[in-house]
Amino acid sequence: MTPHPQSASHPVVLQLEGVSKLYPGTMALKDVHFDLHAGAVNVLVGENGAGKSTMMKIIAGVEQPSKGRILLDGKPVQLGSTEVARAHGIGIVFQELNLFPNLTIAENLFIGREVTGAGYAIDNKTQYQKARELLRTLEHDLDPNLLVGELRIGQQQIIEIAKAMAQDARILILDEPTSALSAPEVEILFRVIRDLKARGVAIVYISHRLEELIRIGDYITVLRDGCITGASVMAEVDVPWIVRQMVGASTRNFARAEDHAFGDTVLEVSHVYLPRNGAPGFRVEDMSLCLKTGEIVGIYGLMGAGRTELFECIFGCHPDSATGSVKLLGQELIGKPVSSCIDAGLALIPEDRKSDGLVHSMSISENLTLASLWRLATRWHLKPQSERVATDKFVKSLSIKARNPLLEIGSLSGGNQQKVVIGRALMTDPKVLLMDEPSRGIDIGAKADVFKVMRDLAKAGLGILFVTSDLEEVMALSDRIVVMSNGRLAAQFEAGVATQEAVVLASNSGQLLVA
Amino acid sequence: MSAILSPSLPAPSKAPRESALLLLLRLRTFIALFLVATFFAFMAPNFFSAENALIMSKHVALNAFLAIGMTYVIVSGGIDLSVGSIVGLTGMVAGGLILNGLPLGDYVVYFNVVEIIGIALLLGVFIGAINGLLITRLNVAPFIATLGTLYVARGVALLSSDGSTFPNLEGSAEHGTTGFPLLGTMNLGGIPLVIWLLILVGAGAAYLGARTPLGRHIYAVGGNERAAMLSGVKVNQIKFFVYMFSGLCAAIVGLIISSQLVAAHPLTGESFELNAIAAAVLGGTSMTGGRGKIGGTIIGAFVIGILSDGLVMMGVSSFWQTVIKGLVIIAAVVVDQFQQRMQQRMAMQMRAGA
Repeated sequence: MTPHPQSASHPVVLQLEGVSKLYPGTMALKDVHFDLHAGAVNVLVGENGAGKSTMMKIIAGVEQPSKGRILLDGKPVQLGSTEVARAHGIGIVFQELNLFPNLTIAENLFIGREVTGAGYAIDNKTQYQKARELLRTLEHDLDPNLLVGELRIGQQQIIEIAKAMAQDARILILDEPTSALSAPEVEILFRVIRDLKARGVAIVYISHRLEELIRIGDYITVLRDGCITGASVMAEVDVPWIVRQMVGASTRNFARAEDHAFGDTVLEVSHVYLPRNGAPGFRVEDMSLCLKTGEIVGIYGLMGAGRTELFECIFGCHPDSATGSVKLLGQELIGKPVSSCIDAGLALIPEDRKSDGLVHSMSISENLTLASLWRLATRWHLKPQSERVATDKFVKSLSIKARNPLLEIGSLSGGNQQKVVIGRALMTDPKVLLMDEPSRGIDIGAKADVFKVMRDLAKAGLGILFVTSDLEEVMALSDRIVVMSNGRLAAQFEAGVATQEAVVLASNSGQLLVA
Repeated sequence: MSAILSPSLPAPSKAPRESALLLLLRLRTFIALFLVATFFAFMAPNFFSAENALIMSKHVALNAFLAIGMTYVIVSGGIDLSVGSIVGLTGMVAGGLILNGLPLGDYVVYFNVVEIIGIALLLGVFIGAINGLLITRLNVAPFIATLGTLYVARGVALLSSDGSTFPNLEGSAEHGTTGFPLLGTMNLGGIPLVIWLLILVGAGAAYLGARTPLGRHIYAVGGNERAAMLSGVKVNQIKFFVYMFSGLCAAIVGLIISSQLVAAHPLTGESFELNAIAAAVLGGTSMTGGRGKIGGTIIGAFVIGILSDGLVMMGVSSFWQTVIKGLVIIAAVVVDQFQQRMQQRMAMQMRAGA
């Protein structure tokens, strides 16, 4: 790809030259050329898996390129670790903030580099003053003695930026900085970014939010499947151009399974609201959708769009705070706990199988049967025979590669563990399956298995709602696509009508921006 | 045997030495029992006589009851520090009802022994329910909640008699309160009633854990509470149950002790909870929750009991006994963690091979 036009006012401070990154089984970056301009916001966009985070990790020193080199001020440099990168003036603010909520702002800013007075004692006064100065340069006159845990997310982000600036960062990487911010906080962040620009800092801005980055960006680079598909000055492009580069002009043929007829409506979600904890606003706002038997509906959206929270509302995880109506075959489920929802015919496959899906101290068989024990028991007695029969049935039907179901669950690969979570849900004989990122973190082969299972289940009459952040997946699997943005319903598309561009655009809508 | 000890196995790996070591580790409680019994058979006079075995069993039984209740509390991810105080309080309530009856206005109601036993058991369950309420509804950490109950129950026991003992619990024929001492001293077919009770409660608890949905749910709550909740397990109900069961076991012990002594003292049961926890931990119950078997706990109770009684018979100073008991418990936990890490490593190897 041709590099950006050189601009005298924005000299190139860092360059990636022919950088490739190979991970076992996949090429995350392929021969990437990237110019980072000082005193400017360099935006990096791409779909999930495009290689943004790999590129960012290479610049930050977290990973090293398999091929190619990095040039800093025109000279080749080895960024072997984050410390080395920091020493070169490269700072990074991760999406998940790395702050200590139980310590003060000043303590957080100087963690690991405390200002010590005589001997070992921390010089609190100097730290306080330095912290205060630093915050003032970022136009945030916060009291450095405040506990970080008491700050709002937007303020915490500023503290992270201040931390990087305290180490004289000339290059600042911001990873999805606005995903957790409210509209006014975004404005404050943009003001800080403009100040940093004016001081010559080169900013790498990674985001999904197209309308935002058009506003704040000076240069834009688009990644797809590990390659740079577009690089330009922001002033010369518009949102459709960005989407085209992200998504590709070729119309892909998503092989769909043979169509089957849908049945009656099985799940009706109406005007569901979930308020935020301890803050104004809603995490899910006025969500309504319908699902028929045999239908697969994919829910697409950015992080923070409220998709997992919607599933939690439907599944009874928030019986006291979710409002609205959730009807399964006419039975009202809102306000009822999880056990009632499972009894009614709902089943959930959670997003994070490690923390929410599996009980690691139990065997494969015990995990599989966990949600169905009362069903398998006669009165109160659980016969090992009934468990074995049920386990074998699902191990076979889901092709779970387990030599012995009495083995610990930890002995299975990620893909097979996911199948166990699915098997557990299916054993409850559900009518509606809620799948949250069903293919996350599993290899290609297991992914294909999971997709086949989903199609077979739909053909057998189950209604399936699934959440995904993978555009190809939602296009390939769904009979209907629902796009969520900021907790609300942004758009709905029938399978034949949806285009990738329309879906991506919809997922970015509803961002309340002050003109 | 493996069904009693643990149903989830690590895979038989390519290294037979490793799986032999793992087997050894998982049988460690049995091995400890064997070692300790053999050691004292040689070192202490009259150790393996029938009378001695019976006496030791009666000592062990008291701790074993508490440890059985404690096992499921710890498996569910909690802890119950109040069992010792429940032992004392239920003994006092039983004693008080036998001696003085229940004053209601102008009348005094006297219950018969069966009813008194029922009331004491209900009291134990009730205190367990209070623990459950504090932990599930008020979100008090189990350690703190049961610590509070420990003090409150002990205080009530002391208040009930103003600190003095309730003596002579034979009861009086005219009040229909006779027969209480039988509980602790009666023999059925040559074996004390207490041992029969232990067998009954132990077998019942083991069956619960191995063959009922309720038992499996307890393990799930301790293993991963959120995953259990998302699988439809009624987490709060499970927590209520384990604390109520623990309270019930403590009430059984309170009744047995006051029956055996034919007297009820308000300080009975002080620091019993620590022995109960020690027995459970020695038997393989993990303090992080999700792991532990009743069979293991009972063996653990025997190991501690034999250790204590054997050292007494050898004439070892009781101060040294305390040191040794502490070392044994620490060793048990270290070995348990070593075993867990080995099992995880083997599971990882399996995964890598798959």
